[in-house]
Amino acid sequence: MDATDLALMRATQAGLPLVPEPYQALAEQLGISAEQVMARLVAMQAAGSIRRIGAVPNHYKLGYRYNGMTVWNVPDVHVDALGAQIGQLPFVSHCYHRPRHLPEWPYNLFAMVHGKSLAEVDGQIAQISAVLGEFNLGGEVLYSTRILKKTGFRSG
Amino acid sequence: MDNIDRQIINQLQDGFPVCPAPYQHAAQQLGISEAELLARLQALLADGTLSRFGPLYHAERVGGALTLAAVKVPLERYDEVTDIINAFPEVAHNYQRNHVLNMWFVLATETPAQLQQALADIEQQTGLPVYNMPKINEYFVGLRLEA
Repeated sequence: MDATDLALMRATQAGLPLVPEPYQALAEQLGISAEQVMARLVAMQAAGSIRRIGAVPNHYKLGYRYNGMTVWNVPDVHVDALGAQIGQLPFVSHCYHRPRHLPEWPYNLFAMVHGKSLAEVDGQIAQISAVLGEFNLGGEVLYSTRILKKTGFRSG
Repeated sequence: MDNIDRQIINQLQDGFPVCPAPYQHAAQQLGISEAELLARLQALLADGTLSRFGPLYHAERVGGALTLAAVKVPLERYDEVTDIINAFPEVAHNYQRNHVLNMWFVLATETPAQLQQALADIEQQTGLPVYNMPKINEYFVGLRLEA
Protein backbone atom coordinates (compact mmCIF):
# COMPACT_ATOMS: atom_id res chain seq x y z
CA MET A 1 0.00 0.00 0.00
CA ASP A 2 1.50 3.30 -1.06
CA ALA A 3 0.00 6.79 -0.96
CA THR A 4 -1.80 6.26 -4.28
CA ASP A 5 -3.37 2.98 -3.08
CA LEU A 6 -4.50 4.78 0.05
CA ALA A 7 -6.00 7.61 -2.01
CA LEU A 8 -7.78 5.04 -4.18
CA MET A 9 -9.12 3.30 -1.08
CA ARG A 10 -10.43 6.57 0.31
CA ALA A 11 -12.01 7.47 -3.03
CA THR A 12 -13.85 4.12 -3.19
CA GLN A 13 -14.69 3.71 0.51
CA ALA A 14 -18.26 4.84 -0.12
CA GLY A 15 -18.49 2.81 -3.33
CA LEU A 16 -17.64 2.82 -7.02
CA PRO A 17 -18.94 5.71 -9.14
CA LEU A 18 -22.18 4.70 -10.91
CA VAL A 19 -21.10 5.92 -14.32
CA PRO A 20 -20.27 3.92 -17.47
CA GLU A 21 -16.51 4.30 -16.95
CA PRO A 22 -16.04 4.28 -13.15
CA TYR A 23 -12.30 3.62 -13.22
CA GLN A 24 -11.79 6.54 -15.60
CA ALA A 25 -13.80 8.73 -13.22
CA LEU A 26 -11.59 7.66 -10.30
CA ALA A 27 -8.48 8.24 -12.41
CA GLU A 28 -9.51 11.82 -13.10
CA GLN A 29 -10.20 12.38 -9.41
CA LEU A 30 -6.76 11.00 -8.42
CA GLY A 31 -4.74 12.46 -11.28
CA ILE A 32 -3.55 9.10 -12.63
CA SER A 33 -4.57 7.02 -15.65
CA ALA A 34 -7.50 4.59 -15.74
CA GLU A 35 -4.98 1.82 -16.55
CA GLN A 36 -3.17 2.59 -13.30
CA VAL A 37 -6.43 2.55 -11.32
CA MET A 38 -7.34 -0.85 -12.78
CA ALA A 39 -3.84 -2.28 -12.27
CA ARG A 40 -3.87 -1.19 -8.62
CA LEU A 41 -7.32 -2.66 -7.98
CA VAL A 42 -6.24 -5.98 -9.50
CA ALA A 43 -3.02 -5.95 -7.44
CA MET A 44 -4.89 -5.14 -4.20
CA GLN A 45 -7.29 -8.02 -4.86
CA ALA A 46 -4.36 -10.37 -5.48
CA ALA A 47 -2.71 -9.23 -2.24
CA GLY A 48 -5.92 -9.67 -0.26
CA SER A 49 -6.14 -5.95 0.59
CA ILE A 50 -9.45 -5.97 -1.29
CA ARG A 51 -11.58 -8.96 -0.31
CA ARG A 52 -13.99 -8.56 -3.22
CA ILE A 53 -15.58 -6.00 -5.52
CA GLY A 54 -19.35 -5.97 -5.79
CA ALA A 55 -22.69 -5.49 -4.13
CA VAL A 56 -23.03 -5.51 -0.34
CA PRO A 57 -26.67 -6.30 0.45
CA ASN A 58 -28.48 -5.24 3.61
CA HIS A 59 -29.43 -8.47 5.38
CA TYR A 60 -32.69 -7.11 6.73
CA LYS A 61 -33.88 -5.88 3.33
CA LEU A 62 -33.39 -9.35 1.84
CA GLY A 63 -35.60 -10.84 4.56
CA TYR A 64 -32.79 -12.05 6.84
CA ARG A 65 -34.44 -10.66 9.96
CA TYR A 66 -32.67 -12.94 12.43
CA ASN A 67 -29.01 -12.03 12.57
CA GLY A 68 -27.51 -13.68 15.59
CA MET A 69 -24.07 -13.22 17.07
CA THR A 70 -23.43 -16.68 18.49
CA VAL A 71 -20.65 -16.76 21.08
CA TRP A 72 -19.05 -19.87 22.54
CA ASN A 73 -16.65 -20.84 25.27
CA VAL A 74 -14.29 -23.47 23.90
CA PRO A 75 -10.89 -24.58 25.20
CA ASP A 76 -8.18 -22.30 23.78
CA VAL A 77 -6.15 -25.29 22.57
CA HIS A 78 -9.01 -26.32 20.29
CA VAL A 79 -10.28 -22.91 19.20
CA ASP A 80 -8.39 -22.80 15.87
CA ALA A 81 -9.52 -26.25 14.74
CA LEU A 82 -13.11 -25.61 15.81
CA GLY A 83 -13.17 -22.10 14.34
CA ALA A 84 -12.04 -23.45 10.96
CA GLN A 85 -14.90 -25.98 11.01
CA ILE A 86 -17.54 -23.47 12.12
CA GLY A 87 -16.35 -20.94 9.53
CA GLN A 88 -17.10 -23.48 6.78
CA LEU A 89 -20.77 -23.86 7.71
CA PRO A 90 -22.74 -22.30 4.83
CA PHE A 91 -24.80 -19.94 7.00
CA VAL A 92 -21.88 -18.41 8.95
CA SER A 93 -20.85 -14.99 7.60
CA HIS A 94 -18.04 -14.16 10.04
CA CYS A 95 -16.12 -16.40 12.43
CA TYR A 96 -13.42 -15.13 14.77
CA HIS A 97 -11.38 -15.98 17.86
CA ARG A 98 -11.70 -13.04 20.27
CA PRO A 99 -10.45 -12.50 23.84
CA ARG A 100 -12.49 -13.44 26.90
CA HIS A 101 -13.18 -10.88 29.66
CA LEU A 102 -13.52 -13.04 32.75
CA PRO A 103 -15.57 -13.46 34.78
CA GLU A 104 -18.42 -11.70 32.90
CA TRP A 105 -17.52 -12.75 29.38
CA PRO A 106 -16.20 -16.32 29.08
CA TYR A 107 -16.69 -16.60 25.29
CA ASN A 108 -13.75 -16.82 22.89
CA LEU A 109 -15.35 -18.03 19.62
CA PHE A 110 -17.74 -15.79 17.68
CA ALA A 111 -19.87 -16.85 14.68
CA MET A 112 -22.48 -14.62 13.01
CA VAL A 113 -25.48 -16.50 11.62
CA HIS A 114 -28.33 -15.26 9.42
CA GLY A 115 -31.82 -16.63 8.86
CA LYS A 116 -35.26 -15.62 7.69
CA SER A 117 -37.02 -17.17 10.68
CA LEU A 118 -36.21 -17.89 14.30
CA ALA A 119 -36.64 -21.61 13.60
CA GLU A 120 -34.04 -21.43 10.84
CA VAL A 121 -31.53 -19.73 13.16
CA ASP A 122 -32.30 -22.20 15.96
CA GLY A 123 -31.40 -24.99 13.54
CA GLN A 124 -28.13 -23.24 12.65
CA ILE A 125 -27.24 -22.85 16.32
CA ALA A 126 -27.94 -26.55 16.92
CA GLN A 127 -25.57 -27.40 14.04
CA ILE A 128 -22.79 -25.25 15.52
CA SER A 129 -23.34 -26.85 18.90
CA ALA A 130 -23.13 -30.31 17.30
CA VAL A 131 -19.80 -29.45 15.63
CA LEU A 132 -18.38 -28.17 18.93
CA GLY A 133 -19.56 -31.33 20.72
CA GLU A 134 -17.76 -32.00 23.99
CA PHE A 135 -15.71 -28.80 23.62
CA ASN A 136 -18.82 -26.63 23.95
CA LEU A 137 -18.39 -25.27 27.49
CA GLY A 138 -21.29 -22.84 27.07
CA GLY A 139 -22.73 -20.45 24.54
CA GLU A 140 -25.19 -17.63 24.03
CA VAL A 141 -26.86 -15.91 21.08
CA LEU A 142 -27.05 -12.13 21.02
CA TYR A 143 -29.57 -10.68 18.60
CA SER A 144 -29.45 -7.07 17.58
CA THR A 145 -32.58 -5.37 18.86
CA ARG A 146 -31.82 -1.97 17.33
CA ILE A 147 -29.37 -0.54 14.82
CA LEU A 148 -27.93 2.50 16.59
CA LYS A 149 -25.50 3.48 13.82
CA LYS A 150 -24.54 2.09 10.44
CA THR A 151 -22.24 4.00 8.15
CA GLY A 152 -21.26 3.25 4.58
CA PHE A 153 -17.92 2.02 5.83
CA ARG A 154 -17.64 -1.69 5.17
CA SER A 155 -14.57 -3.66 5.91
CA GLY A 156 -13.63 -6.74 7.81
CA MET B 1 -37.55 -5.90 -5.95
CA ASP B 2 -38.23 -7.99 -9.06
CA ASN B 3 -36.42 -10.94 -10.62
CA ILE B 4 -33.86 -8.74 -12.39
CA ASP B 5 -33.00 -7.03 -9.08
CA ARG B 6 -32.61 -10.46 -7.50
CA GLN B 7 -30.28 -11.57 -10.28
CA ILE B 8 -28.23 -8.39 -9.87
CA ILE B 9 -27.88 -8.99 -6.15
CA ASN B 10 -27.12 -12.68 -6.52
CA GLN B 11 -24.62 -12.33 -9.38
CA LEU B 12 -22.79 -9.15 -8.44
CA GLN B 13 -21.76 -9.85 -4.83
CA ASP B 14 -18.23 -10.45 -6.02
CA GLY B 15 -16.20 -10.60 -9.19
CA PHE B 16 -17.27 -7.21 -10.55
CA PRO B 17 -15.04 -6.74 -13.59
CA VAL B 18 -12.05 -4.45 -13.68
CA CYS B 19 -12.14 -3.25 -17.30
CA PRO B 20 -12.89 0.09 -19.00
CA ALA B 21 -16.69 -0.40 -19.13
CA PRO B 22 -17.45 -2.85 -16.28
CA TYR B 23 -21.16 -2.05 -15.95
CA GLN B 24 -21.68 -2.76 -19.64
CA HIS B 25 -19.84 -6.08 -19.23
CA ALA B 26 -21.92 -7.04 -16.17
CA ALA B 27 -25.14 -5.89 -17.86
CA GLN B 28 -24.47 -8.16 -20.85
CA GLN B 29 -24.17 -11.15 -18.52
CA LEU B 30 -27.51 -10.19 -16.97
CA GLY B 31 -29.17 -9.62 -20.34
CA ILE B 32 -30.01 -5.98 -19.68
CA SER B 33 -28.60 -2.67 -20.90
CA GLU B 34 -25.82 -0.77 -19.16
CA ALA B 35 -28.22 2.12 -18.50
CA GLU B 36 -30.74 -0.20 -16.87
CA LEU B 37 -28.09 -1.80 -14.63
CA LEU B 38 -26.86 1.62 -13.50
CA ALA B 39 -30.43 2.80 -12.81
CA ARG B 40 -31.28 -0.36 -10.87
CA LEU B 41 -28.08 -0.18 -8.79
CA GLN B 42 -28.88 3.44 -8.01
CA ALA B 43 -32.38 2.47 -6.87
CA LEU B 44 -31.18 -0.51 -4.79
CA LEU B 45 -28.69 1.75 -3.03
CA ALA B 46 -31.26 4.51 -2.53
CA ASP B 47 -33.82 2.22 -0.88
CA GLY B 48 -31.15 0.53 1.26
CA THR B 49 -31.38 -2.95 -0.31
CA LEU B 50 -27.66 -2.56 -1.00
CA SER B 51 -25.60 -0.85 1.67
CA ARG B 52 -22.85 -0.18 -0.86
CA PHE B 53 -21.44 -1.19 -4.22
CA GLY B 54 -17.69 -1.36 -4.69
CA PRO B 55 -14.48 -2.78 -3.26
CA LEU B 56 -14.60 -4.30 0.21
CA TYR B 57 -11.26 -3.70 1.91
CA HIS B 58 -9.45 -5.95 4.40
CA ALA B 59 -8.82 -3.42 7.19
CA GLU B 60 -5.64 -4.88 8.66
CA ARG B 61 -4.03 -5.57 5.26
CA VAL B 62 -4.41 -1.92 4.32
CA GLY B 63 -2.66 -0.82 7.52
CA GLY B 64 -5.85 0.02 9.36
CA ALA B 65 -7.19 -1.22 12.64
CA LEU B 66 -10.56 -2.67 13.49
CA THR B 67 -12.12 -3.94 16.67
CA LEU B 68 -15.39 -5.04 18.19
CA ALA B 69 -16.17 -3.51 21.56
CA ALA B 70 -19.02 -3.75 24.04
CA VAL B 71 -20.32 -1.62 26.90
CA LYS B 72 -22.69 -2.40 29.74
CA VAL B 73 -24.91 0.68 29.58
CA PRO B 74 -27.32 1.48 32.44
CA LEU B 75 -30.78 1.64 30.84
CA GLU B 76 -31.46 5.14 32.16
CA ARG B 77 -28.33 6.36 30.35
CA TYR B 78 -28.88 4.41 27.13
CA ASP B 79 -29.80 7.33 24.84
CA GLU B 80 -27.13 9.63 26.25
CA VAL B 81 -24.39 6.98 25.85
CA THR B 82 -25.63 6.15 22.34
CA ASP B 83 -25.19 9.80 21.36
CA ILE B 84 -21.69 9.97 22.85
CA ILE B 85 -20.48 6.80 21.13
CA ASN B 86 -22.18 7.45 17.77
CA ALA B 87 -20.55 10.89 17.63
CA PHE B 88 -17.15 9.22 17.14
CA PRO B 89 -16.42 9.03 13.40
CA GLU B 90 -14.34 5.92 14.19
CA VAL B 91 -17.54 4.06 15.13
CA ALA B 92 -18.66 2.35 11.91
CA HIS B 93 -21.62 0.37 13.27
CA ASN B 94 -23.34 0.26 16.62
CA TYR B 95 -26.02 -2.21 17.70
CA GLN B 96 -28.19 -2.66 20.74
CA ARG B 97 -28.14 -6.34 21.76
CA ASN B 98 -30.14 -8.44 24.20
CA HIS B 99 -27.45 -9.01 26.83
CA VAL B 100 -26.03 -7.36 29.97
CA LEU B 101 -23.37 -6.10 27.56
CA ASN B 102 -26.08 -4.24 25.71
CA MET B 103 -24.19 -2.00 23.29
CA TRP B 104 -21.82 -3.44 20.66
CA PHE B 105 -19.89 -1.34 18.18
CA VAL B 106 -17.23 -1.73 15.53
CA LEU B 107 -14.41 0.79 15.55
CA ALA B 108 -12.35 1.31 12.41
CA THR B 109 -9.34 3.60 12.11
CA GLU B 110 -6.49 4.10 9.70
CA THR B 111 -3.87 3.27 12.35
CA PRO B 112 -3.74 1.08 15.51
CA ALA B 113 -2.77 4.13 17.63
CA GLN B 114 -5.96 5.95 16.61
CA LEU B 115 -7.97 2.91 17.67
CA GLN B 116 -6.47 2.89 21.17
CA GLN B 117 -7.07 6.62 21.47
CA ALA B 118 -10.72 6.29 20.45
CA LEU B 119 -11.27 3.48 22.99
CA ALA B 120 -9.71 5.60 25.75
CA ASP B 121 -11.77 8.64 24.76
CA ILE B 122 -15.00 6.61 24.79
CA GLU B 123 -14.24 5.32 28.30
CA GLN B 124 -13.42 8.81 29.48
CA GLN B 125 -16.49 10.48 27.92
CA THR B 126 -18.98 7.80 28.99
CA GLY B 127 -17.39 6.92 32.33
CA LEU B 128 -18.05 3.27 31.45
CA PRO B 129 -15.55 0.46 30.92
CA VAL B 130 -15.22 -0.68 27.31
CA TYR B 131 -14.81 -4.41 26.71
CA ASN B 132 -12.40 -4.48 23.79
CA MET B 133 -12.56 -7.68 21.75
CA PRO B 134 -10.15 -7.38 18.81
CA LYS B 135 -9.94 -10.49 16.69
CA ILE B 136 -7.16 -12.88 17.61
CA ASN B 137 -7.74 -15.08 14.59
CA GLU B 138 -10.08 -14.93 11.60
CA TYR B 139 -11.55 -18.20 10.33
CA PHE B 140 -14.02 -16.93 7.76
CA VAL B 141 -15.40 -13.68 6.40
CA GLY B 142 -17.82 -13.84 3.53
CA LEU B 143 -21.21 -15.32 2.76
CA ARG B 144 -23.33 -14.72 -0.29
CA LEU B 145 -26.89 -13.84 0.64
CA GLU B 146 -29.53 -15.15 -1.74
CA ALA B 147 -32.06 -12.49 -2.65
